[in-house]
Amino acid sequence: MAGTAQSGPLLIARKAANVIPPQGLTQQNRAEMSERIVIIGAGQAGAQAVASLRAEGFAGAITMVGDEPYLPYQRPPLSKAYLQGKFERERLFLKPESFYADSKVELILGVAAASIDRAKKVVTLTDGRILPYDKLLLATGTRVRPILVPNANLRGIHYLRSIADVDALRETFQPGKKLAIVGGGYIGLEVAAVAVKHGLDVTVFEALDRLMQRAVSPRVSAFYEEVHRAAGVKIYFNTAIEKFEGEKTITGVTAASRTWPADMALVGIGVVPNAELAHDAGLDVDNGIVVDNCARTKDPSIFAAGDCTWHPGREDVFLRLESVQNAIDQAKHAAMAMVGKPTPYAEVPWFWSDQYDLKLQIAGLGRPGDQHVLRGDPAARKFAIFHLRDGKVAAVEAINAAPEYLVGRRLIAEGKPLDAERLADLSIPMKNMA
Amino acid sequence: MPKIKYIDHTGKDREIEVPEGWSVMEGAVKNLVPGIDADCGGACACATCHVYVDPTWIEKLPPKSDMEETMLDFAQDIEPTSRLSCQIKVTPELDGLVVRTPKSQH
Repeated sequence: MAGTAQSGPLLIARKAANVIPPQGLTQQNRAEMSERIVIIGAGQAGAQAVASLRAEGFAGAITMVGDEPYLPYQRPPLSKAYLQGKFERERLFLKPESFYADSKVELILGVAAASIDRAKKVVTLTDGRILPYDKLLLATGTRVRPILVPNANLRGIHYLRSIADVDALRETFQPGKKLAIVGGGYIGLEVAAVAVKHGLDVTVFEALDRLMQRAVSPRVSAFYEEVHRAAGVKIYFNTAIEKFEGEKTITGVTAASRTWPADMALVGIGVVPNAELAHDAGLDVDNGIVVDNCARTKDPSIFAAGDCTWHPGREDVFLRLESVQNAIDQAKHAAMAMVGKPTPYAEVPWFWSDQYDLKLQIAGLGRPGDQHVLRGDPAARKFAIFHLRDGKVAAVEAINAAPEYLVGRRLIAEGKPLDAERLADLSIPMKNMA
Repeated sequence: MPKIKYIDHTGKDREIEVPEGWSVMEGAVKNLVPGIDADCGGACACATCHVYVDPTWIEKLPPKSDMEETMLDFAQDIEPTSRLSCQIKVTPELDGLVVRTPKSQH
């Protein structure tokens, strides 16, 4: 069998195997071998930190705590292949269980961290267990932003963040069902694409005036709006849901004094960082746990990585990123800092979204005031929008356009000035821009 | 279950049974074959699952999509037999496939 990860919930509380010191170690090696690292959060960032700590030669004890009952898993397929039923649960797991055993990591799953005592350097778990640490990594991620309107607790109102969320959604995810999607962002639209193809009657309610407003430029929003409408998705803009209808189970949604019937709803209105543990421990928290560009908090023993962090970006403006790339890259830098080799995190952020046969790939972060340059033709379903700032590429949004995305990413990293007309000229291959 | 042989950059080989329908990348990652990052998890979005297919197998694989072709253009140390392993779906016909993994994806 290829994967050894189990498909059922896992409750693992294994003792870390004793690490036998190899011969000929320096005093410093010996000190490090007895060091204990605790990682709170068993997601993409936590799993990457384990791999990177061991790759860096950290030989001490590692304990990883996760509040979900599963091995660290990939979230992106949840709203795509896993929702479609094309992906068995075990395929979501980032690494097989044997990876954690081989890496001598104690996994504590299905239990949350309750508090951090920075003076005593211990973490207390919700089941009362106390974990001492020498260094602590907070990889606590985010949770969905709840919708605060009447009847928001009716049966049939779903969110999408975890395996459990999608398992629940799939129970009634059937052709003919009326699905109300609250929020026209990545999650809502990826689900809309899967749902309409599966024969559901899909309506998207967006509070603002265009799709994916936080993530893409108006031109890309308009393109996706057209694609979704052509597929049969109904979309209402400037329509904030005021209330859900129903007794026990949802029967409709109300906005702007109008009620639409609904058998189920999916709410995708963003996430909030899990920063309370850090806050309660007296660490600095803004829109996430504050860290420097080496993933360090103000406590020299505590580090943070992934969606939960408020960190300086490439232009030294603090930001919070919700992405696989940030989880992986920032966790690598956190691991480096934890083993005493801090290196500044300055990778170009990148994101992707799959809707229908369209692959949206984004690198960099656009800003109001950027000059937008179109390359290619939206009607051909293959184009890119470059964002120029001070004559340099600051971001690129590419739709089915891998060269534009990849070269764009490189151009952003290099900060090379580029002429807008040249960028728009399809007779010049992207390769020649680099 | 089809068997895939993965040879890493040191020459060490591992023969692994990979379920049909999975990708060659998943067979590697879930079995801790070194040399593949697969940051995006198989969405053909990152080009960090590049492998070298054994020349005797290259003709037997389904052709590259445009997306794979262009993503590959920008991967490191490309050879004529390079493929993105997340885009090779395991089928009974691929029983015995041999791929080499690079030292690193960056």
